[in-house]
Amino acid sequence: MLSVPISWYLVLSAILFVIGTSGVLLRRNLIVMFMCVEIMLSAVNLSFIAFSRHYHDLTGHIFAFMVIAVAAAEAGIGLALIINVFRHRQNIDADQMNLIKG
Amino acid sequence: MAELIFFIVFAIGAIAGSLGVLLARNPINSAISLVVGFFFLAGIYVLLNASFMGMIQVLVYAGAIMVLFIFVLMLLNFRDDEIVDAKIGFHQLVAVLMGVAMLVLLVQTIFSTNFVGSSLVAESVPQGFGEVAGIGTALMTTFVLPFEMAAVLLLTGIVSAVVIAKKRV
Repeated sequence: MLSVPISWYLVLSAILFVIGTSGVLLRRNLIVMFMCVEIMLSAVNLSFIAFSRHYHDLTGHIFAFMVIAVAAAEAGIGLALIINVFRHRQNIDADQMNLIKG
Repeated sequence: MAELIFFIVFAIGAIAGSLGVLLARNPINSAISLVVGFFFLAGIYVLLNASFMGMIQVLVYAGAIMVLFIFVLMLLNFRDDEIVDAKIGFHQLVAVLMGVAMLVLLVQTIFSTNFVGSSLVAESVPQGFGEVAGIGTALMTTFVLPFEMAAVLLLTGIVSAVVIAKKRV
């Protein structure tokens, strides 16, 4: 029997995911919201790798690798967008980005 | 036994690092806290026999993506009075309740799952599992299409980031 069963790793992944979700909902700074999205992606990575070890299948590692690659590309583009928003509005408070409000 | 101790230490570190992102007022403190959390998470990856992914987590996630975040935070250069303050209101309470509800749902799903094959899987993984050679072989044989597409995606990301962030196109 493994000394740490897989359900514990999945519970840790769930806790990190919920922390990331709450961060996106609670924080107003755009960059901190983006960091919480990265926390969510890391939590899912942990879940992939835990299952990969459980079933002795390297596919989980490859999935996690692709998630990291996508997160890197998304971080670059998202931060470029945030820089653009800051140039126009001079602040990155998500509560004040309400031009689309009817 | 040692695995259990390491798991608890790394898990507490990862959770503390993630909570620091939520609770820190200054966004730079959030970024540093997240870097620390990623280091602890990489430790958990190494515990799970995923040494290559642990290295990639430190090199790429903590070492490149978070550095990019800190660059942008320094570029935006908040003064002390410009840091957005947290609001405590009805919306925040609903958000916390939703988070707790989601956590309860996820944990209940995890503990009520019978992980198929857990009695068939041997305790120790094959030699060299999760190391560079195995993942390299898999990436170049079975998963060569996602690998090449990830390269195209990263190229697209680089070009898009440059175009979007330029002052005059």
